Amino acid sequence: MGKKTIMLGNAAIARGAYEAGVKVSSAYPGTPSTEISENIAKYEEVYAEWAPNEKVAMEVAIGASKAGVRAMASMKHVGVNVAADPLYSFSYSGVNGGIVLVAADDPGLYSSQNEQDSRMVARAAVVPVLEPAGSEEARIFTKKAFEISEQYDTIVMVRTTTRLAHSQGIVNLEDRVEVEDKEYVRDIDKHLLMPGTAKKRHIIVEENMKRLTEDACSMDINRAEYRDTSIGVISSGIPYQYVREALPEVSVLKLGMVNPLPKKLIEEFASKVDRLYIVEELEPVIEEQVKSWGIPCIGKEIFTIQGEYSANMIRKAILGETLNLEAPAQAPARPPILCPGCPHRSVFSVLKKLKIHGAGDIGCYTLGALAPLSVMDENVCMGASISTLHGMEKARGKDYVKNWVALIGDSTFLHTGVNSLMNMVYNKATGTVMILDNSTTGMTGHQDHPATGKTLKGETTYAINIYHLCKAMGIEHVYEVDAFDLEELEKVIKRETQRDEVSVIITKSPCALLKSYVPKGVCIVDKEKCKACGMCMSSGCPAMRKAEDGKVVIDDTMCNGCGHCMQNCKFGAISLLEKGGK
Amino acid sequence: MNTINIMIVGVGGQGTLLTSRILGGIATEAGYDVKISEVHGMAQRGGSVVTYVRYGESVAEPIVEEGYADVLIAFEKLEALRYAHFLKKDGVIICNDQKIEPMTVSTGQARYPEHIIETLKEKYNVKVVDAMDEAKKLGNVRVFNTVILGVAASQMEFEKETWMEVIRNTVPPKTVEVNLKAFEIGYTM
Repeated sequence: MGKKTIMLGNAAIARGAYEAGVKVSSAYPGTPSTEISENIAKYEEVYAEWAPNEKVAMEVAIGASKAGVRAMASMKHVGVNVAADPLYSFSYSGVNGGIVLVAADDPGLYSSQNEQDSRMVARAAVVPVLEPAGSEEARIFTKKAFEISEQYDTIVMVRTTTRLAHSQGIVNLEDRVEVEDKEYVRDIDKHLLMPGTAKKRHIIVEENMKRLTEDACSMDINRAEYRDTSIGVISSGIPYQYVREALPEVSVLKLGMVNPLPKKLIEEFASKVDRLYIVEELEPVIEEQVKSWGIPCIGKEIFTIQGEYSANMIRKAILGETLNLEAPAQAPARPPILCPGCPHRSVFSVLKKLKIHGAGDIGCYTLGALAPLSVMDENVCMGASISTLHGMEKARGKDYVKNWVALIGDSTFLHTGVNSLMNMVYNKATGTVMILDNSTTGMTGHQDHPATGKTLKGETTYAINIYHLCKAMGIEHVYEVDAFDLEELEKVIKRETQRDEVSVIITKSPCALLKSYVPKGVCIVDKEKCKACGMCMSSGCPAMRKAEDGKVVIDDTMCNGCGHCMQNCKFGAISLLEKGGK
Repeated sequence: MNTINIMIVGVGGQGTLLTSRILGGIATEAGYDVKISEVHGMAQRGGSVVTYVRYGESVAEPIVEEGYADVLIAFEKLEALRYAHFLKKDGVIICNDQKIEPMTVSTGQARYPEHIIETLKEKYNVKVVDAMDEAKKLGNVRVFNTVILGVAASQMEFEKETWMEVIRNTVPPKTVEVNLKAFEIGYTM
């Protein structure tokens, strides 16, 4: 047994891939998958990169597999949608070097716009899925996934959830196995998909899945634990831990492979227990299949499709226990908010003043939808702000969008927003696109992207210039404005939104949480001059509150000295105490 | 031994992760099975955050269930109130005497509850710490969480030297000294 240590689920996946001899890893950051790449980048033997989006990441991993090495792509559940095109087709081709796609689901929506279940995608794409239940399994199953990939000639999905990805547990480290590069042989029947070849590949893929369905019954990652047989539970992943916590005496069939299901093993287990329950978060993927085989079982009749499960939930649902829990105290909600010193707040305060609607996107700036800024009206997915604004204009005409802007971050713009902007130019659109450039991928914890000038490995690289990129598309009106220059912002936004063509405003100022960000100082309030009007607080800076006399107090431990409040005070009551004051 | 259930609650950005990692580190050092559940991503941006630490002979789930927490370490008063019902009957709260208004209060949609500490003391064993004040005296406000950790550590089974060793190995190298000082203040409080 190797060295014992405590590891985050995502770090354990990275470790497993490393130990399996993975050579190439590509990903786009997305909670709860981001730390996989951040950890794999630490291993010198692995080439690891941030791709501009998940489709690109998937295709990079596919290329590496075709070239004969073990490769991995990792992404959040909605990222799998972006990567769906290569995934659904590559599953027909099969592999050369082993390839693993890590899909990180988010039951409970801790940091996502939906609660989709990646197992459904894997079923549709005919891709096997392994689902670990803790950090040690995350390490072991990732290694196993590479083996299965090569044995059954298929890409394999490792499915995690937030609770696994962001939990730490004890793991036993093993050494890396250097896998020899596989020979590349030109084989268009396998590697080149067109109707004639793909028809034949589809047959082979279904046969491989059948073989895997049989073999899965004897794999040690699927395990029947017989205890009291009056109750039997089929579970996998983190819900398995809740079952063990709540029902330590019952029999459990713990599935490590959730697609395809080991049918014979499930039939055998079902025949040995009196009452069978299926405990799985999100969709009834296991349950519907088991029921389709004519096996009576109870699942979503007593469990929810939404959110995370817990041991208490299982105690209540299966044992019918009444839990004598204390009622939670009345406490005002504390939703997430833009940080002190956030450049988005400054930009949004101007849009609010001008009563402009925002077609939104995915990032920290989505929080601009909430009071007191209330600027963003709607959003859909990565990159959609620009194309939805375009759709609005084509539906209702030029004047309709003159009190609208598209709001998108720098990383999201390069992810898929750039395609939508191309569409605006091509189709003679009217509309103003605001790229909120804070020099990072903020929400996921500050990852680099093609315009930051740094790679995932921390090397200096060419930084794509967003201004020139927009110009190169043929947009005449592209302007860069300091995100904290309220006067200039107001002038440019007023002017550009009235223009009968596409214009782009790039607001620039780094995220206040970046390590490279140096606060100018802290803002202080002159109590004598403060008239308690509350204007400075209208943008919702969390470092500010009203004292009992109604006058404003700034928390010097939170203030980043951005000076936004200072610009909003008509009485000159706020000043900047230059650095050294903090 | 029964599994020990600890919750660390606070406001996103206050550094609950560092504290949970030190707690996880010391329990691992002592040879226990350990699970920690953290919050990353959007919820970290100034929202209410909760981190769970569980250790014992064998730990299944990574979260602490309502009614099972032994210790609640609260970096902010309102968050102590929000999660207090997770505690067992004889549970302990270590509460930082700091008030951070949520946006719902600043915008006038809600009121910040009064007398939180007194309310909590009616039901639970509460220890109050003005950690921010201590951290300011040390010249680094960010180590307030290590002061609170020190208070929690003084109530736990592990040796003080082992705590200090784990802190040395967990915090950023440049802040080892100030963190150890902060821990000492909390530990002897």
